[in-house]
Amino acid sequence: MKVLIPGIGGLLARNVARRLLAQGHTVIGIDPRGWPGAPDPIELYPVDIRKRAAEDVFRQHRPEAVIHMATISALLADAEERYRINLGGTRAVFEHSERYGVRRLVFVGRHTYYGAGPDAPLYHTETEPPQELGTYPELADLVAADLYAANALWRLPALQTTVLRICYTLGPSGHGTLAGFLRGRFVPMVLGFDPLFHFMHEDDAADAIVTALSSSARGIYNVAGPQPLPLSVIASEAGRRALPLPETVLALLVGRAGLPRLSRGALAHIKYPIVVDATSFRKETGFAHRFDELTTARTFADAFPAGGRSSPLPAPG
Amino acid sequence: MADEISTRVDRLELPFDARGVDEYGVSKWHLAVAFRVLTLLYRKYFHVRADGLQHVPPRGRAMLVGNHSGGIALDAAMVIASCFLELDPPRLAQGMAEKFLNRFPFASMWTARCGQLTGLPEHALRLLESDRLLLVFPEGARGTAKLWKDRFSLVDFGTGFMRLALRTRSPIVPFAFIGGGDAVPTVTNLYKVGKLIGVPYLPVTPWLLPVPRPVPLSVHFCEPLRFEGTGEEDDEIIQRSVDQVKERIAGMIERSRK
Repeated sequence: MKVLIPGIGGLLARNVARRLLAQGHTVIGIDPRGWPGAPDPIELYPVDIRKRAAEDVFRQHRPEAVIHMATISALLADAEERYRINLGGTRAVFEHSERYGVRRLVFVGRHTYYGAGPDAPLYHTETEPPQELGTYPELADLVAADLYAANALWRLPALQTTVLRICYTLGPSGHGTLAGFLRGRFVPMVLGFDPLFHFMHEDDAADAIVTALSSSARGIYNVAGPQPLPLSVIASEAGRRALPLPETVLALLVGRAGLPRLSRGALAHIKYPIVVDATSFRKETGFAHRFDELTTARTFADAFPAGGRSSPLPAPG
Repeated sequence: MADEISTRVDRLELPFDARGVDEYGVSKWHLAVAFRVLTLLYRKYFHVRADGLQHVPPRGRAMLVGNHSGGIALDAAMVIASCFLELDPPRLAQGMAEKFLNRFPFASMWTARCGQLTGLPEHALRLLESDRLLLVFPEGARGTAKLWKDRFSLVDFGTGFMRLALRTRSPIVPFAFIGGGDAVPTVTNLYKVGKLIGVPYLPVTPWLLPVPRPVPLSVHFCEPLRFEGTGEEDDEIIQRSVDQVKERIAGMIERSRK
Protein backbone atom coordinates (compact mmCIF):
# COMPACT_ATOMS: atom_id res chain seq x y z
CA MET A 1 0.00 0.00 0.00
CA LYS A 2 1.22 3.53 -0.76
CA VAL A 3 1.01 5.53 2.46
CA LEU A 4 1.53 9.29 2.79
CA ILE A 5 2.47 10.66 6.21
CA PRO A 6 2.11 14.41 6.70
CA GLY A 7 4.22 15.33 9.74
CA ILE A 8 6.69 12.50 9.15
CA GLY A 9 9.50 14.42 10.86
CA GLY A 10 8.04 13.84 14.33
CA LEU A 11 9.49 11.04 16.39
CA LEU A 12 6.29 9.01 16.57
CA ALA A 13 5.67 9.45 12.83
CA ARG A 14 9.18 8.25 12.06
CA ASN A 15 8.57 5.10 14.06
CA VAL A 16 5.30 4.56 12.21
CA ALA A 17 7.07 5.03 8.88
CA ARG A 18 9.78 2.50 9.76
CA ARG A 19 7.17 -0.08 10.71
CA LEU A 20 5.25 0.46 7.47
CA LEU A 21 8.45 0.08 5.45
CA ALA A 22 9.25 -3.14 7.28
CA GLN A 23 5.81 -4.44 6.36
CA GLY A 24 6.53 -3.76 2.70
CA HIS A 25 4.47 -0.61 2.24
CA THR A 26 5.61 2.36 0.17
CA VAL A 27 6.02 5.44 2.36
CA ILE A 28 5.97 9.07 1.30
CA GLY A 29 6.46 11.87 3.81
CA ILE A 30 5.64 15.55 4.03
CA ASP A 31 7.28 17.71 6.68
CA PRO A 32 9.00 21.10 6.47
CA ARG A 33 11.31 19.95 9.27
CA GLY A 34 12.63 17.17 7.04
CA TRP A 35 14.06 13.95 8.40
CA PRO A 36 17.86 13.83 8.29
CA GLY A 37 18.98 10.23 7.84
CA ALA A 38 15.55 8.98 6.77
CA PRO A 39 15.60 5.45 5.31
CA ASP A 40 16.30 5.56 1.57
CA PRO A 41 13.03 4.14 0.30
CA ILE A 42 11.06 6.99 1.88
CA GLU A 43 10.35 9.84 -0.48
CA LEU A 44 10.46 12.98 1.59
CA TYR A 45 8.99 16.37 0.70
CA PRO A 46 10.07 19.19 3.04
CA VAL A 47 7.02 21.32 2.31
CA ASP A 48 4.22 22.91 4.32
CA ILE A 49 1.04 20.80 4.23
CA ARG A 50 -1.04 23.92 3.56
CA LYS A 51 0.95 24.93 0.48
CA ARG A 52 0.47 24.05 -3.17
CA ALA A 53 3.58 21.87 -3.15
CA ALA A 54 1.90 19.52 -0.69
CA GLU A 55 -1.12 19.16 -2.95
CA ASP A 56 1.29 18.30 -5.76
CA VAL A 57 2.55 15.37 -3.66
CA PHE A 58 -1.01 14.03 -3.41
CA ARG A 59 -1.56 14.56 -7.14
CA GLN A 60 1.73 13.03 -8.21
CA HIS A 61 1.75 9.99 -5.92
CA ARG A 62 -1.97 9.28 -5.51
CA PRO A 63 -1.49 7.57 -2.13
CA GLU A 64 -4.01 4.95 -1.11
CA ALA A 65 -3.72 5.82 2.56
CA VAL A 66 -2.82 8.88 4.62
CA ILE A 67 -1.75 9.01 8.25
CA HIS A 68 -2.13 12.62 9.33
CA MET A 69 0.39 13.39 12.06
CA ALA A 70 1.08 17.05 11.27
CA THR A 71 -0.46 18.64 14.34
CA ILE A 72 1.39 20.38 17.12
CA SER A 73 0.70 20.68 20.82
CA ALA A 74 -0.28 23.82 22.69
CA LEU A 75 3.19 24.42 24.07
CA LEU A 76 5.03 24.96 20.84
CA ALA A 77 3.75 27.89 18.92
CA ASP A 78 1.62 30.98 19.30
CA ALA A 79 -2.12 30.68 18.96
CA GLU A 80 -2.35 31.90 15.38
CA GLU A 81 0.37 29.57 14.14
CA ARG A 82 -1.13 26.63 15.98
CA TYR A 83 -4.52 27.33 14.48
CA ARG A 84 -3.01 27.54 10.98
CA ILE A 85 -1.10 24.29 11.34
CA ASN A 86 -3.64 22.25 13.26
CA LEU A 87 -6.91 23.28 11.67
CA GLY A 88 -5.70 24.66 8.34
CA GLY A 89 -3.38 21.70 7.87
CA THR A 90 -6.02 19.14 8.77
CA ARG A 91 -8.47 20.72 6.39
CA ALA A 92 -5.89 20.58 3.59
CA VAL A 93 -5.16 16.91 4.27
CA PHE A 94 -8.83 15.97 4.06
CA GLU A 95 -9.51 18.08 0.98
CA HIS A 96 -6.52 16.65 -0.88
CA SER A 97 -7.41 13.15 0.24
CA GLU A 98 -10.91 13.49 -1.16
CA ARG A 99 -9.73 15.10 -4.40
CA TYR A 100 -6.97 12.61 -5.17
CA GLY A 101 -8.72 9.37 -4.37
CA VAL A 102 -7.29 8.43 -0.99
CA ARG A 103 -9.29 5.48 0.35
CA ARG A 104 -8.04 5.30 3.92
CA LEU A 105 -7.24 8.15 6.34
CA VAL A 106 -5.99 7.91 9.92
CA PHE A 107 -6.01 11.15 11.91
CA VAL A 108 -3.70 10.95 14.90
CA GLY A 109 -5.18 13.22 17.58
CA ARG A 110 -4.62 13.51 21.29
CA HIS A 111 -6.49 12.37 24.36
CA THR A 112 -6.17 15.89 25.78
CA TYR A 113 -9.17 16.59 23.50
CA TYR A 114 -11.38 15.71 26.49
CA GLY A 115 -9.90 18.37 28.78
CA ALA A 116 -9.26 18.11 32.51
CA GLY A 117 -11.58 19.39 35.20
CA PRO A 118 -12.99 18.63 38.63
CA ASP A 119 -16.38 17.44 37.38
CA ALA A 120 -15.18 15.25 34.52
CA PRO A 121 -15.47 11.47 34.69
CA LEU A 122 -12.23 9.63 35.26
CA TYR A 123 -12.45 7.44 32.16
CA HIS A 124 -13.47 9.22 28.98
CA THR A 125 -15.30 7.37 26.24
CA GLU A 126 -15.36 8.41 22.61
CA THR A 127 -18.92 9.73 22.82
CA GLU A 128 -18.03 12.52 25.23
CA PRO A 129 -17.71 16.13 24.11
CA PRO A 130 -14.60 18.13 24.99
CA GLN A 131 -14.79 19.92 28.34
CA GLU A 132 -13.10 22.77 30.15
CA LEU A 133 -12.16 24.57 26.94
CA GLY A 134 -12.99 27.81 28.71
CA THR A 135 -10.15 27.30 31.16
CA TYR A 136 -7.69 26.01 28.58
CA PRO A 137 -8.37 27.87 25.32
CA GLU A 138 -4.96 26.83 23.98
CA LEU A 139 -6.50 23.44 23.25
CA ALA A 140 -9.21 24.84 21.02
CA ASP A 141 -7.36 24.37 17.74
CA LEU A 142 -6.58 20.71 18.49
CA VAL A 143 -10.17 20.11 19.49
CA ALA A 144 -11.36 21.82 16.32
CA ALA A 145 -9.00 19.70 14.21
CA ASP A 146 -10.30 16.55 15.90
CA LEU A 147 -13.92 17.51 15.32
CA TYR A 148 -13.19 18.47 11.72
CA ALA A 149 -11.53 15.11 11.14
CA ALA A 150 -14.44 13.33 12.80
CA ASN A 151 -17.03 15.00 10.61
CA ALA A 152 -15.39 13.40 7.60
CA LEU A 153 -17.04 10.21 8.85
CA TRP A 154 -20.37 11.41 7.49
CA ARG A 155 -19.20 14.14 5.11
CA LEU A 156 -16.86 11.91 3.10
CA PRO A 157 -18.40 8.42 3.21
CA ALA A 158 -16.07 7.08 0.51
CA LEU A 159 -13.04 7.86 2.67
CA GLN A 160 -12.54 5.29 5.41
CA THR A 161 -11.59 7.62 8.26
CA THR A 162 -10.25 6.68 11.67
CA VAL A 163 -9.77 9.35 14.32
CA LEU A 164 -7.38 8.28 17.05
CA ARG A 165 -7.25 10.05 20.40
CA ILE A 166 -3.99 8.75 21.65
CA CYS A 167 -2.77 9.13 25.22
CA TYR A 168 0.64 10.58 26.15
CA THR A 169 3.65 8.65 24.92
CA LEU A 170 6.85 8.06 26.85
CA GLY A 171 10.02 6.17 26.12
CA PRO A 172 13.73 6.30 25.48
CA SER A 173 13.47 9.02 22.81
CA GLY A 174 12.48 11.59 25.42
CA HIS A 175 10.03 12.96 22.89
CA GLY A 176 6.49 14.07 23.65
CA THR A 177 4.56 16.34 25.98
CA LEU A 178 4.93 14.13 29.05
CA ALA A 179 8.62 13.49 28.45
CA GLY A 180 9.17 17.23 28.14
CA PHE A 181 7.40 17.75 31.43
CA LEU A 182 9.52 15.08 33.13
CA ARG A 183 12.84 16.11 31.64
CA GLY A 184 14.16 18.18 34.52
CA ARG A 185 15.27 16.91 37.90
CA PHE A 186 12.10 18.24 39.55
CA VAL A 187 8.58 17.56 38.43
CA PRO A 188 6.30 20.44 39.40
CA MET A 189 3.00 19.45 40.96
CA VAL A 190 0.09 21.43 42.36
CA LEU A 191 0.17 20.99 46.12
CA GLY A 192 -2.64 18.72 47.26
CA PHE A 193 -3.31 17.28 43.79
CA ASP A 194 -1.84 14.19 42.19
CA PRO A 195 -3.76 13.35 39.01
CA LEU A 196 -3.57 10.11 37.11
CA PHE A 197 -1.64 10.41 33.85
CA HIS A 198 -2.43 8.05 31.03
CA PHE A 199 0.58 7.19 28.91
CA MET A 200 1.92 4.40 26.75
CA HIS A 201 5.33 3.39 25.46
CA GLU A 202 6.24 5.20 22.24
CA ASP A 203 6.81 1.85 20.47
CA ASP A 204 3.34 0.70 21.50
CA ALA A 205 1.91 3.98 20.22
CA ALA A 206 3.56 3.48 16.82
CA ASP A 207 2.28 -0.10 16.73
CA ALA A 208 -1.23 1.12 17.56
CA ILE A 209 -1.23 3.57 14.66
CA VAL A 210 0.02 0.94 12.22
CA THR A 211 -2.56 -1.50 13.58
CA ALA A 212 -5.29 1.10 13.05
CA LEU A 213 -4.22 1.58 9.44
CA SER A 214 -4.31 -2.10 8.66
CA SER A 215 -7.62 -2.67 10.42
CA SER A 216 -11.10 -2.02 9.12
CA ALA A 217 -11.78 0.34 12.03
CA ARG A 218 -13.85 3.31 10.94
CA GLY A 219 -14.80 5.88 13.55
CA ILE A 220 -13.36 7.57 16.60
CA TYR A 221 -11.16 5.59 18.97
CA ASN A 222 -9.31 6.31 22.18
CA VAL A 223 -5.90 4.69 22.15
CA ALA A 224 -4.11 3.70 25.35
CA GLY A 225 -1.92 0.94 26.66
CA PRO A 226 -1.54 0.03 30.31
CA GLN A 227 -3.37 1.56 33.27
CA PRO A 228 -2.69 5.18 34.24
CA LEU A 229 -0.48 6.19 37.17
CA PRO A 230 -0.48 9.15 39.56
CA LEU A 231 1.95 11.85 38.49
CA SER A 232 3.96 11.44 41.71
CA VAL A 233 4.50 7.74 40.96
CA ILE A 234 5.56 8.49 37.38
CA ALA A 235 8.03 11.06 38.69
CA SER A 236 9.42 8.56 41.16
CA GLU A 237 9.68 5.76 38.57
CA ALA A 238 11.41 8.19 36.23
CA GLY A 239 13.95 8.95 38.95
CA ARG A 240 12.67 12.52 39.40
CA ARG A 241 11.62 14.36 42.50
CA ALA A 242 8.08 15.64 42.71
CA LEU A 243 7.99 19.28 43.68
CA PRO A 244 4.54 20.14 45.07
CA LEU A 245 3.92 23.89 45.14
CA PRO A 246 0.80 25.90 45.94
CA GLU A 247 -1.06 26.62 42.72
CA THR A 248 -0.48 30.37 42.86
CA VAL A 249 3.26 29.92 43.39
CA LEU A 250 3.47 27.34 40.63
CA ALA A 251 1.65 29.62 38.20
CA LEU A 252 4.37 32.21 38.76
CA LEU A 253 7.29 29.79 38.54
CA VAL A 254 6.51 27.60 35.52
CA GLY A 255 8.98 28.20 32.74
CA ARG A 256 11.43 29.64 35.26
CA ALA A 257 13.89 28.20 37.76
CA GLY A 258 14.42 25.10 35.67
CA LEU A 259 10.75 24.16 35.68
CA PRO A 260 9.07 23.19 32.40
CA ARG A 261 7.13 25.78 30.45
CA LEU A 262 3.40 25.48 30.94
CA SER A 263 0.55 27.75 30.06
CA ARG A 264 -1.76 28.83 32.85
CA GLY A 265 -4.61 26.77 31.46
CA ALA A 266 -2.42 23.69 31.39
CA LEU A 267 -2.23 23.77 35.18
CA ALA A 268 -5.61 22.02 35.18
CA HIS A 269 -3.84 19.13 33.47
CA ILE A 270 -1.58 18.65 36.47
CA LYS A 271 -4.50 18.95 38.90
CA TYR A 272 -7.06 16.68 37.29
CA PRO A 273 -6.68 13.48 35.28
CA ILE A 274 -7.34 12.80 31.62
CA VAL A 275 -7.76 9.07 31.33
CA VAL A 276 -9.35 7.28 28.40
CA ASP A 277 -11.28 4.09 27.94
CA ALA A 278 -9.61 2.37 24.99
CA THR A 279 -11.74 -0.76 25.04
CA SER A 280 -13.34 -0.08 21.64
CA PHE A 281 -9.99 0.30 19.91
CA ARG A 282 -8.69 -2.94 21.41
CA LYS A 283 -11.84 -4.80 20.47
CA GLU A 284 -11.98 -3.45 16.94
CA THR A 285 -8.29 -3.85 16.05
CA GLY A 286 -6.99 -6.53 18.40
CA PHE A 287 -4.28 -4.14 19.57
CA ALA A 288 -2.42 -5.17 22.72
CA HIS A 289 0.36 -3.17 24.36
CA ARG A 290 3.75 -4.73 25.03
CA PHE A 291 5.09 -2.40 27.74
CA ASP A 292 3.44 -1.96 31.12
CA GLU A 293 3.27 1.44 32.79
CA LEU A 294 6.25 0.95 35.11
CA THR A 295 8.55 -0.42 32.41
CA THR A 296 7.56 2.47 30.18
CA ALA A 297 8.49 5.06 32.81
CA ARG A 298 11.77 3.28 33.47
CA THR A 299 12.78 3.19 29.80
CA PHE A 300 12.51 6.97 29.87
CA ALA A 301 14.48 7.17 33.12
CA ASP A 302 17.24 4.95 31.73
CA ALA A 303 17.62 7.13 28.66
CA PHE A 304 17.32 10.39 30.58
CA PRO A 305 18.68 10.05 34.09
CA ALA A 306 17.71 12.96 36.35
CA GLY A 307 20.11 15.81 35.75
CA GLY A 308 21.30 14.16 32.54
CA ARG A 309 21.64 15.94 29.23
CA SER A 310 18.66 17.20 27.33
CA SER A 311 17.19 15.29 24.44
CA PRO A 312 18.88 16.00 21.12
CA LEU A 313 15.47 15.76 19.48
CA PRO A 314 13.18 18.66 18.73
CA ALA A 315 11.06 20.13 21.50
CA PRO A 316 8.07 18.03 22.60
CA GLY A 317 4.90 18.04 20.55
CA MET B 1 -2.51 -2.26 64.51
CA ALA B 2 -0.24 -1.09 61.70
CA ASP B 3 0.55 -4.71 60.78
CA GLU B 4 -3.12 -5.65 60.78
CA ILE B 5 -3.95 -2.73 58.50
CA SER B 6 -1.13 -3.52 56.08
CA THR B 7 -2.15 -7.18 55.97
CA ARG B 8 -5.74 -6.23 55.29
CA VAL B 9 -4.71 -3.81 52.53
CA ASP B 10 -2.66 -6.62 50.98
CA ARG B 11 -5.69 -8.90 51.15
CA LEU B 12 -7.96 -6.50 49.27
CA GLU B 13 -8.93 -8.29 46.08
CA LEU B 14 -8.20 -5.38 43.76
CA PRO B 15 -5.97 -5.46 40.66
CA PHE B 16 -3.05 -3.42 42.03
CA ASP B 17 0.07 -3.09 39.90
CA ALA B 18 3.63 -3.54 41.20
CA ARG B 19 3.56 -0.03 42.68
CA GLY B 20 0.32 -0.77 44.50
CA VAL B 21 -1.93 1.34 42.28
CA ASP B 22 -5.04 0.11 40.49
CA GLU B 23 -6.66 1.29 37.28
CA TYR B 24 -8.72 3.90 39.16
CA GLY B 25 -5.70 5.30 40.97
CA VAL B 26 -6.53 3.58 44.27
CA SER B 27 -3.22 3.33 46.12
CA LYS B 28 -2.28 0.76 48.74
CA TRP B 29 -0.02 3.25 50.49
CA HIS B 30 -2.78 5.85 50.80
CA LEU B 31 -5.29 3.20 51.88
CA ALA B 32 -2.95 2.03 54.66
CA VAL B 33 -2.54 5.57 55.99
CA ALA B 34 -6.26 6.37 55.74
CA PHE B 35 -7.33 3.11 57.38
CA ARG B 36 -4.95 3.62 60.29
CA VAL B 37 -6.79 6.85 61.07
CA LEU B 38 -10.23 5.38 60.37
CA THR B 39 -9.51 2.32 62.51
CA LEU B 40 -8.68 4.49 65.50
CA LEU B 41 -11.91 6.40 65.02
CA TYR B 42 -13.89 3.21 64.39
CA ARG B 43 -12.61 1.24 67.36
CA LYS B 44 -11.42 3.73 69.96
CA TYR B 45 -13.43 6.89 69.42
CA PHE B 46 -16.86 5.79 68.22
CA HIS B 47 -16.77 2.12 69.24
CA VAL B 48 -18.70 1.27 66.09
CA ARG B 49 -20.84 -1.85 66.19
CA ALA B 50 -21.65 -3.57 62.91
CA ASP B 51 -24.11 -6.38 62.35
CA GLY B 52 -25.48 -8.18 59.33
CA LEU B 53 -22.07 -8.21 57.67
CA GLN B 54 -22.83 -11.66 56.26
CA HIS B 55 -25.20 -9.87 53.87
CA VAL B 56 -22.34 -8.02 52.14
CA PRO B 57 -21.16 -10.22 49.25
CA PRO B 58 -17.51 -11.25 49.78
CA ARG B 59 -16.72 -10.47 46.15
CA GLY B 60 -18.42 -9.32 42.99
CA ARG B 61 -20.50 -6.26 42.28
CA ALA B 62 -22.91 -4.97 44.91
CA MET B 63 -24.41 -1.69 46.03
CA LEU B 64 -24.52 -0.69 49.70
CA VAL B 65 -27.41 1.76 50.06
CA GLY B 66 -28.02 3.59 53.30
CA ASN B 67 -29.14 6.67 55.18
CA HIS B 68 -27.17 9.79 55.90
CA SER B 69 -27.15 11.38 59.35
CA GLY B 70 -24.91 13.96 60.93
CA GLY B 71 -23.67 17.12 59.27
CA ILE B 72 -20.64 15.48 57.70
CA ALA B 73 -20.24 12.16 55.92
CA LEU B 74 -19.03 10.36 59.02
CA ASP B 75 -21.40 7.52 58.15
CA ALA B 76 -19.63 6.91 54.83
CA ALA B 77 -16.22 6.78 56.51
CA MET B 78 -17.43 4.30 59.14
CA VAL B 79 -19.19 2.03 56.65
CA ILE B 80 -16.02 1.97 54.57
CA ALA B 81 -14.03 1.13 57.72
CA SER B 82 -16.55 -1.54 58.63
CA CYS B 83 -16.21 -3.33 55.28
CA PHE B 84 -12.44 -3.12 55.55
CA LEU B 85 -12.09 -4.22 59.18
CA GLU B 86 -14.94 -6.66 59.65
CA LEU B 87 -15.26 -8.51 56.34
CA ASP B 88 -13.13 -11.49 55.50
CA PRO B 89 -11.61 -10.98 53.01
CA PRO B 90 -11.70 -7.23 53.51
CA ARG B 91 -13.47 -5.18 50.87
CA LEU B 92 -13.02 -1.60 49.77
CA ALA B 93 -16.39 0.13 49.68
CA GLN B 94 -16.16 2.89 47.10
CA GLY B 95 -18.38 5.87 47.75
CA MET B 96 -19.47 8.61 45.44
CA ALA B 97 -17.74 11.72 46.80
CA GLU B 98 -19.45 15.11 46.73
CA LYS B 99 -18.28 17.11 43.72
CA PHE B 100 -16.96 20.00 45.77
CA LEU B 101 -14.32 17.77 47.38
CA ASN B 102 -12.49 17.42 44.08
CA ARG B 103 -11.88 21.16 44.00
CA PHE B 104 -10.01 21.22 47.29
CA PRO B 105 -6.31 20.42 47.57
CA PHE B 106 -5.59 17.22 49.53
CA ALA B 107 -9.30 16.30 49.66
CA SER B 108 -9.15 15.77 45.90
CA MET B 109 -6.02 13.64 46.13
CA TRP B 110 -6.99 11.58 49.18
CA THR B 111 -10.50 10.77 48.04
CA ALA B 112 -9.15 9.68 44.65
CA ARG B 113 -6.29 7.58 46.06
CA CYS B 114 -8.68 5.87 48.47
CA GLY B 115 -11.12 4.98 45.70
CA GLN B 116 -13.81 7.51 46.60
CA LEU B 117 -14.51 8.84 43.12
CA THR B 118 -16.55 11.94 42.38
CA GLY B 119 -20.28 11.22 42.43
CA LEU B 120 -21.01 10.77 38.74
CA PRO B 121 -23.23 8.11 37.16
CA GLU B 122 -20.32 7.20 34.86
CA HIS B 123 -18.18 6.33 37.87
CA ALA B 124 -20.88 4.28 39.57
CA LEU B 125 -21.56 2.33 36.38
CA ARG B 126 -17.90 1.65 35.72
CA LEU B 127 -17.18 0.56 39.29
CA LEU B 128 -20.09 -1.87 39.29
CA GLU B 129 -19.08 -3.25 35.92
CA SER B 130 -15.62 -3.80 37.44
CA ASP B 131 -17.30 -5.89 40.17
CA ARG B 132 -16.55 -3.37 42.90
CA LEU B 133 -18.51 -2.65 46.07
CA LEU B 134 -20.31 0.65 45.63
CA LEU B 135 -21.47 2.77 48.55
CA VAL B 136 -24.46 4.97 47.82
CA PHE B 137 -26.44 7.46 49.89
CA PRO B 138 -29.50 8.23 47.77
CA GLU B 139 -30.40 11.18 50.01
CA GLY B 140 -27.29 13.00 48.81
CA ALA B 141 -26.18 16.23 50.45
CA ARG B 142 -29.78 16.81 51.65
CA GLY B 143 -29.24 13.79 53.85
CA THR B 144 -26.16 15.10 55.64
CA ALA B 145 -27.94 18.44 56.02
CA LYS B 146 -30.59 16.86 58.29
CA LEU B 147 -30.99 18.58 61.62
CA TRP B 148 -30.60 16.71 64.92
CA LYS B 149 -34.34 16.48 65.43
CA ASP B 150 -34.70 14.77 62.03
CA ARG B 151 -31.79 12.40 62.51
CA PHE B 152 -33.88 9.23 62.29
CA SER B 153 -35.92 10.38 59.31
CA LEU B 154 -35.23 9.94 55.62
CA VAL B 155 -35.47 12.65 52.98
CA ASP B 156 -36.38 11.87 49.36
CA PHE B 157 -34.26 9.24 47.67
CA GLY B 158 -32.83 9.84 44.22
CA THR B 159 -33.73 7.14 41.70
CA GLY B 160 -30.46 6.95 39.77
CA PHE B 161 -29.05 4.21 41.98
CA MET B 162 -31.97 1.89 41.18
CA ARG B 163 -31.57 2.34 37.43
CA LEU B 164 -27.86 1.56 37.81
CA ALA B 165 -28.55 -1.51 39.92
CA LEU B 166 -31.00 -2.81 37.29
CA ARG B 167 -28.71 -1.99 34.40
CA THR B 168 -25.72 -3.72 35.98
CA ARG B 169 -27.76 -6.47 37.68
CA SER B 170 -26.22 -5.57 41.01
CA PRO B 171 -27.70 -6.68 44.33
CA ILE B 172 -28.63 -3.86 46.71
CA VAL B 173 -27.61 -4.28 50.33
CA PRO B 174 -29.65 -1.76 52.36
CA PHE B 175 -28.13 -0.58 55.62
CA ALA B 176 -29.09 1.68 58.49
CA PHE B 177 -26.53 3.92 60.11
CA ILE B 178 -27.34 4.99 63.65
CA GLY B 179 -25.69 7.67 65.72
CA GLY B 180 -24.36 10.10 63.14
CA GLY B 181 -26.92 12.68 64.17
CA ASP B 182 -25.83 12.41 67.80
CA ALA B 183 -22.14 12.60 66.94
CA VAL B 184 -22.65 15.77 64.91
CA PRO B 185 -25.95 17.21 66.14
CA THR B 186 -26.72 19.89 63.59
CA VAL B 187 -28.82 22.74 64.94
CA THR B 188 -28.73 24.74 61.75
CA ASN B 189 -26.93 24.90 58.42
CA LEU B 190 -25.25 28.01 57.06
CA TYR B 191 -25.84 27.84 53.35
CA LYS B 192 -24.53 31.27 52.40
CA VAL B 193 -21.32 30.83 54.37
CA GLY B 194 -20.92 27.40 52.82
CA LYS B 195 -21.27 28.84 49.36
CA LEU B 196 -18.56 31.37 50.14
CA ILE B 197 -16.05 28.66 50.97
CA GLY B 198 -17.13 26.32 48.18
CA VAL B 199 -19.17 23.72 50.11
CA PRO B 200 -22.95 23.13 49.91
CA TYR B 201 -23.50 24.32 53.51
CA LEU B 202 -21.73 24.60 56.85
CA PRO B 203 -23.36 22.62 59.68
CA VAL B 204 -23.50 24.34 63.07
CA THR B 205 -23.52 22.26 66.25
CA PRO B 206 -24.06 23.39 69.88
CA TRP B 207 -20.25 23.73 70.02
CA LEU B 208 -20.37 25.58 66.68
CA LEU B 209 -17.95 23.49 64.64
CA PRO B 210 -19.02 20.14 63.13
CA VAL B 211 -16.45 18.22 65.17
CA PRO B 212 -17.98 14.86 66.05
CA ARG B 213 -18.28 13.87 69.69
CA PRO B 214 -17.41 10.31 70.78
CA VAL B 215 -20.83 8.66 70.84
CA PRO B 216 -21.39 4.99 69.97
CA LEU B 217 -22.27 4.43 66.33
CA SER B 218 -23.70 1.38 64.67
CA VAL B 219 -24.29 0.08 61.17
CA HIS B 220 -26.85 -2.61 60.38
CA PHE B 221 -26.75 -4.37 57.04
CA CYS B 222 -29.92 -5.97 55.72
CA GLU B 223 -30.37 -8.93 53.39
CA PRO B 224 -29.59 -8.09 49.76
CA LEU B 225 -32.47 -7.06 47.53
CA ARG B 226 -32.46 -8.06 43.89
CA PHE B 227 -34.66 -6.27 41.40
CA GLU B 228 -35.50 -7.38 37.87
CA GLY B 229 -35.43 -4.96 34.98
CA THR B 230 -33.26 -3.10 32.51
CA GLY B 231 -33.01 0.31 34.17
CA GLU B 232 -35.01 1.86 31.30
CA GLU B 233 -38.40 1.48 33.03
CA ASP B 234 -40.81 4.35 33.64
CA ASP B 235 -40.26 6.56 36.67
CA GLU B 236 -43.28 5.09 38.48
CA ILE B 237 -41.93 1.56 38.28
CA ILE B 238 -38.48 2.66 39.39
CA GLN B 239 -39.96 4.71 42.22
CA ARG B 240 -41.80 1.66 43.56
CA SER B 241 -38.52 -0.26 43.78
CA VAL B 242 -36.77 2.74 45.36
CA ASP B 243 -39.57 2.89 47.94
CA GLN B 244 -38.97 -0.74 48.83
CA VAL B 245 -35.32 0.01 49.58
CA LYS B 246 -36.27 3.12 51.51
CA GLU B 247 -38.82 1.21 53.59
CA ARG B 248 -36.28 -1.48 54.37
CA ILE B 249 -33.81 1.15 55.60
CA ALA B 250 -36.48 3.04 57.55
CA GLY B 251 -37.58 -0.20 59.22
CA MET B 252 -34.03 -1.05 60.17
CA ILE B 253 -33.49 2.46 61.59
CA GLU B 254 -36.59 2.06 63.75
CA ARG B 255 -35.54 -1.37 65.02
CA SER B 256 -31.94 -0.35 65.64
CA ARG B 257 -32.48 2.96 67.44
CA LYS B 258 -34.39 1.25 70.23
